[in-house]
Amino acid sequence: MTKKTYRAAINEAMAGEMRRDSSVIVMGEDVSGGTGSPGEDDAWGGPLGVTKGLHTEFGPTRVLDTPISEGGFMGAAAGAAITGLRPIVDLMFVDFLGVCLDGIFNQAAKFRYMFGGKAETPLVVRTMYGAGLRAASQHSQTLYSIFTHVPGVKVVVPSNPYDAKGLMIQAIRDNDPVVFFEHKAMYDDEGEVPDEAYTIPFGEANVLSEGEDVTIVAIGKMVHLASAAADNLAKDGISCTVIDPRTLSPLDEETILEEVEATGRLVVVDESHPRCSVAADISSIVGEKAFKSLKAGVQKVTAPHCPVPFASELEDLYMPTVEDVEAAVRRTMA
Amino acid sequence: MQLNRTELLHAYRTMAACRHFEESVYVNFSDGKIPGFVHLSAGQEATAAGVYMALEERDWIATTHRAHGQCIARGMDLQETMDEIYGAATGVCGGKGGSMHIADLDKGMLGANGIIGATGPLAVGAGLSARAKGEGGIAVAFFGDGGSNAGMIFEAYNMANIWNLPVVFICEDNGYAEATSSSYSVAGTQVARAKGFGMPGVEVDGFDFFAVLDAAKEVVERARRGDGPSLMHIKTARFYGHFVGDAQTYRAEGEVEKLRAEKDCLKLFREKVVGAALLSDEELDTIFEEERQRIENTTLASQAAPRATKADLMTDVYSSY
Repeated sequence: MTKKTYRAAINEAMAGEMRRDSSVIVMGEDVSGGTGSPGEDDAWGGPLGVTKGLHTEFGPTRVLDTPISEGGFMGAAAGAAITGLRPIVDLMFVDFLGVCLDGIFNQAAKFRYMFGGKAETPLVVRTMYGAGLRAASQHSQTLYSIFTHVPGVKVVVPSNPYDAKGLMIQAIRDNDPVVFFEHKAMYDDEGEVPDEAYTIPFGEANVLSEGEDVTIVAIGKMVHLASAAADNLAKDGISCTVIDPRTLSPLDEETILEEVEATGRLVVVDESHPRCSVAADISSIVGEKAFKSLKAGVQKVTAPHCPVPFASELEDLYMPTVEDVEAAVRRTMA
Repeated sequence: MQLNRTELLHAYRTMAACRHFEESVYVNFSDGKIPGFVHLSAGQEATAAGVYMALEERDWIATTHRAHGQCIARGMDLQETMDEIYGAATGVCGGKGGSMHIADLDKGMLGANGIIGATGPLAVGAGLSARAKGEGGIAVAFFGDGGSNAGMIFEAYNMANIWNLPVVFICEDNGYAEATSSSYSVAGTQVARAKGFGMPGVEVDGFDFFAVLDAAKEVVERARRGDGPSLMHIKTARFYGHFVGDAQTYRAEGEVEKLRAEKDCLKLFREKVVGAALLSDEELDTIFEEERQRIENTTLASQAAPRATKADLMTDVYSSY
């Protein structure tokens, strides 16, 4: 296998699917970043280079630079998906859902149900999330809980390059709307990624390590904090199970419940705010369905209930840390 | 526009069916036999009959939630359409869509839409699909005077034009966005707005079926030729309120009575075709009565139609989950 970045893994998944299926198109702001300009046509290939090369290979009718019209192009992607195309639409920052939620949650998410099962809406929304780049309040949020709440949408949060490729191919081949969350601080992360196409089914969690004392469920970039915390805790004789759900809708409740039943303790690590979050949701599912196996109260490690700040000192305080995860695990053992 | 006898009879039959359908829904909603909200298109039949006569099977339409008449004009099954309004399991959407979200993808109907302005972007997307298919299909977005003020419509105008898509935008202006008058809420004119995006726009008398059909043929053919999007601004009026139950105190005294007397598109159609000796009063009377009877039978069947059950609640949320 070859080592590839998270960025390259996602790019490779899209390019492969576009070669395989001519109905797959890419649209979004600066996905080429040069259409109609005097310089290069494929100048940017996405603001962080994730779609680089697609315009050159597939041309401007399949890789569409859109105007800055998120409401318009999200609705257009929904309209294209319901009429036979398989759009991958790039919502540059998930923060921008404030101007385009309608296309996803009133249109794409509802078509199949409202139309009595006659619609298929194979739409992938790729979007960047997460703090850590000093991008502040309107370019750093972690908003997957909003989509997880909505029936009709699937939510994918890959934590590594291998998963990113397999989950992206699954997302493109899936016949339902999928929101695919890419952490902006992970694009240069490297990992083993096969050259050939493969899919990772939705709703199947990845159990990274099996332990006896505490189960840690972590999402996206937080998986790495959880693994680091588990390694540190092992030195003190505390053994942890680390679970990456990989998709939040559908959610692999079964694996989470089984592992919590085995350890009797749960810590959930989520970069989002604590209220009405996926962390709160998982805690609630466990409280409802595995209460009797719990030896301690469920602990959440999340960002605080404040916007993402700009100043480096403040953003560092905002972000969950390995130490926070370790402390939470120790609280469940106290 | 020269139509043959069959086409003229078909146009009148469509408008008569739309009128009776809405009168039936009005009466039965008022009697509590229809759940939810209903928005009636009585008065606006020339839009449905005229525009849809200019369309073909391969075309896609995203429309407003005042669209019962358009469903009929598109040739959707009348019983399934009425059943859907009643929320019956036999409705075209299994009773899960209702009046505001009725759709029939097999007929290219991408749905009535509960979200004002959402149809513009959907039609742009369908235009991308039509272009990719390369079979000459086009996409149509209907929206009202209210929708014409939604940002999504302007974004759709822009995208359809920069990509030169086979899209027709139709502003069906019945004078009121809910209770707010378009004379107050719309800055500039619809046609000037279209021109601002570099596309042709035409204002059409929506009480005149022939004017609507002529204009629709032109914009549809333009899109089909690959010459890009256009706007039709159809000026019309509704005979009922925004929804059934609307007291309509925002309207002038006698406004609706005057409309019914002077601007009824069915009457104006009749005057024209009978005046030109193309059709007779008698045959139009016969069609009007036949459609009244057909709608009455459909209504009774909808009222007796089977209802959805618990087993239907959780189906079709996803294709797979």
